[in-house]
Amino acid sequence: MFGKHLFPGGIHPAEGTNGKAVNQRNAITELPAPKRVVIPLSQHIGAPAKAIVKKGDRVLMGQMIGEAGGFVSAPVHASVSGIVADIVPVTMFNGSEITAIVIENDFRDEWAPLDAPADPESLSPAETLQRIRQAGIVGMGGATFPTAVKLTIAPDKHFEKLVINGAECEPYLTADHRLMLEQADAIIDAVSLILRIFSVPEAIIGVEENKPDAIDALRRAASGNPAIRVQALPVRYPQGGEKQLIHALTGRTVPAGKLPIETGCVVMNAGTAFAVHEALREGKPLIRRVTTVGGLVAKPNNWLVRIGTPVRELLRASGGTQKGTRTLISGGPMMGTAFTEIDIPVTKGCSGILALGREAIDPEESPCIRCGRCMRACPMNLQPVRMDHAIRARRFDEADKLGVMNCIECGACTFVCPATRMLTQSFRAGKRIVTIRRNQQKAREEAEKAALAAKAAAEQSKTDGKEA
Amino acid sequence: MQHNLAITPSPHVRSGATTRRIMQDVCIALAPAGIASVILFGGHAAVIIAVCVLTCVLTEYVYQRLMNQRVTAGDWSAVVTGLLLAYNIPANAPIWIPIVGSVFAILIVKQLFGGIGSNFMNPALTARAVLFVSWSSIMTAYPNTVFMTGGVDTVSSATPLAALGKVFTGAEGASLADVGLADLFLGNCAGVLGETCKLALILGGIYLFIRKVIDWRIPVCMIGTVAVMYLLTSGFNAELTLKELLSGGLMLGAIFMATDYATSPQTNLGRIIFGVGCGLLLFVIRAYASYPEGCSFAILFMNVCSPLIDRWTAPTPFGEVKQHG
Ligand code: SF4
Ligand code: SF4
Repeated sequence: MFGKHLFPGGIHPAEGTNGKAVNQRNAITELPAPKRVVIPLSQHIGAPAKAIVKKGDRVLMGQMIGEAGGFVSAPVHASVSGIVADIVPVTMFNGSEITAIVIENDFRDEWAPLDAPADPESLSPAETLQRIRQAGIVGMGGATFPTAVKLTIAPDKHFEKLVINGAECEPYLTADHRLMLEQADAIIDAVSLILRIFSVPEAIIGVEENKPDAIDALRRAASGNPAIRVQALPVRYPQGGEKQLIHALTGRTVPAGKLPIETGCVVMNAGTAFAVHEALREGKPLIRRVTTVGGLVAKPNNWLVRIGTPVRELLRASGGTQKGTRTLISGGPMMGTAFTEIDIPVTKGCSGILALGREAIDPEESPCIRCGRCMRACPMNLQPVRMDHAIRARRFDEADKLGVMNCIECGACTFVCPATRMLTQSFRAGKRIVTIRRNQQKAREEAEKAALAAKAAAEQSKTDGKEA
Repeated sequence: MQHNLAITPSPHVRSGATTRRIMQDVCIALAPAGIASVILFGGHAAVIIAVCVLTCVLTEYVYQRLMNQRVTAGDWSAVVTGLLLAYNIPANAPIWIPIVGSVFAILIVKQLFGGIGSNFMNPALTARAVLFVSWSSIMTAYPNTVFMTGGVDTVSSATPLAALGKVFTGAEGASLADVGLADLFLGNCAGVLGETCKLALILGGIYLFIRKVIDWRIPVCMIGTVAVMYLLTSGFNAELTLKELLSGGLMLGAIFMATDYATSPQTNLGRIIFGVGCGLLLFVIRAYASYPEGCSFAILFMNVCSPLIDRWTAPTPFGEVKQHG
């Protein structure tokens, strides 16, 4: 029923208060736009956007207010109509400071003229990429890699399969579930358009089997297009990891250190596909997204929220956090980011806001008992104990050899560890250091090469001089 | 509402598994065999068990206090060591035997090698081996059970293993009928106090399996290998093979000691190799070394190999091309 490809390891994290079971029944509700939106210029991986408006300007909803700052970048758009009140640095979920454009909402929701293509089916690939790029679309599962860049296929690679990630394997999160259920036609439309425009023979939509209604809705919507297959997947975290998903759906394995396109696959989140539909059919840029609010809140929900809405508003609309809340998280509990400042705006990659209790406080570490659970849980087939030992002993070359760079930081090893060791946390640090050391090594080698070349040149000129 | 918010790195949830819970599960799994030992060998078995457990926990506590280390004596792992050591001592041993053994197990084998998880040989088994070599007359004086003629105060003249060994080598007058299958299974036979009741040990093993504390690989491979070897070398004598499996320390060793995390491999393949290795060694010692009991030594030897086995069988990262080195 699931196909025969299981990725290694994997875990079954339990849901807490107001998890999927509750929230999957809550239909997507539009959150009224706030008085002010705060739109960071960098909500994606890559160069930040450059502001193209100034304080005092009147902007319209959907108007581009920051243009892409490079090839790997994405523009940002006004999510309300109103006046640019300020351009200031704000602190983001991960603690970084990013310049943001603050817009005072005039509550008229006046759209900028939308440039919808007359016939999206006949768009060329280049035009399509241009439109996706101009719409500011980035991976909405949380990775926030610019979608147009992902869809730009190097000439020596083949785009054979479009893989739509509807796994939503993180506990609590139900935003994609509701979107796939309520907007199945739109998602399938985006998939069909991409297949057609980029001449891709096949699309596979992977959805964990705990969302049977979404699977049905997608299957119904896709029934007219034999090139699209909706595949139920076992419930197993991290089923939605790119490499794990590709393996589960196609049996292909992405080579270590390589991108999915090596297997002919491009992976796109279901929410991203919906954004592509809006961009190609209606010419609308990405100014809203669905965000789950769950955990210790009075009224958990799936909100359709304007980008730039402060988290405070989301929490307020969800009835506020309840007693016992110890951590706020942007994203899911396995890979999300803890934050404290609730005026942080919702960004393109924010799939959920969760209020978690005591369970989110890290217990004290105790000595490793060498039980091997971490190894069994690792979806990348790594050896967390050995990597952790190496990193803590500052033997970074050994950690590198053990494959720490393959770690996707999914958290499965930390989750299962009975000695409550901070394994993922150690790998995150280890990866950073290994990267720095690799770069230094490269720089050293290059410097050596340059020195050798200079020496050779000098000797050459000496002999040349003698000959003369 | 912003009070007391904590910033911690992901993941933000845990499975709830703890070392203590795992060790408690092992203790629960060991309980039936302990109860059986008291029924079979009387109150002195209970005394030995209590002395071992107390001495182990106390030694760990005192050592950690003296060394200014974090005290982990409450994690129940010393209780497990104490139980296992007690189960490896004859029920009528003098009281200083469990004390010396426990101090040795915790102090030398466990703590001096870095504490829980860092020891490379099983503490209880190592202590047993040391006691065995140092005071072998005490350690091999297996009492009869209360249900046998003479009772606990008499030392058994022949263990089932010795009797079976004679059958295996075709000694004159030896007969399989001398060893009753039901007695072996229920524990009504001579041996160290915790190893005789196979029923209790197997129940404990099933509990550990259900609780996912151990997986099937080491016990099944170890017991299976012994079975295959006996079948092959005895001309497929099923009765002899079955009785061999139910004799001596095989069940206790395969279920509770070979599966010790710190001293056995972590990889699936490694665990299979380890189990088969233990089984082979046990068979060779039992069948050819004229040693009363090969189980402890077989496991100890494989303990030493286990880091190597882990290295050989290390998994290849997902997406990495298999390479050896
Ligand atoms: S965090 Fe890294 S090492 Fe741990 S399970 Fe995930 S991929 Fe494996
Ligand atoms: S799960 Fe924890 S205790 Fe078990 S081997 Fe891994 S690090 Fe050690």
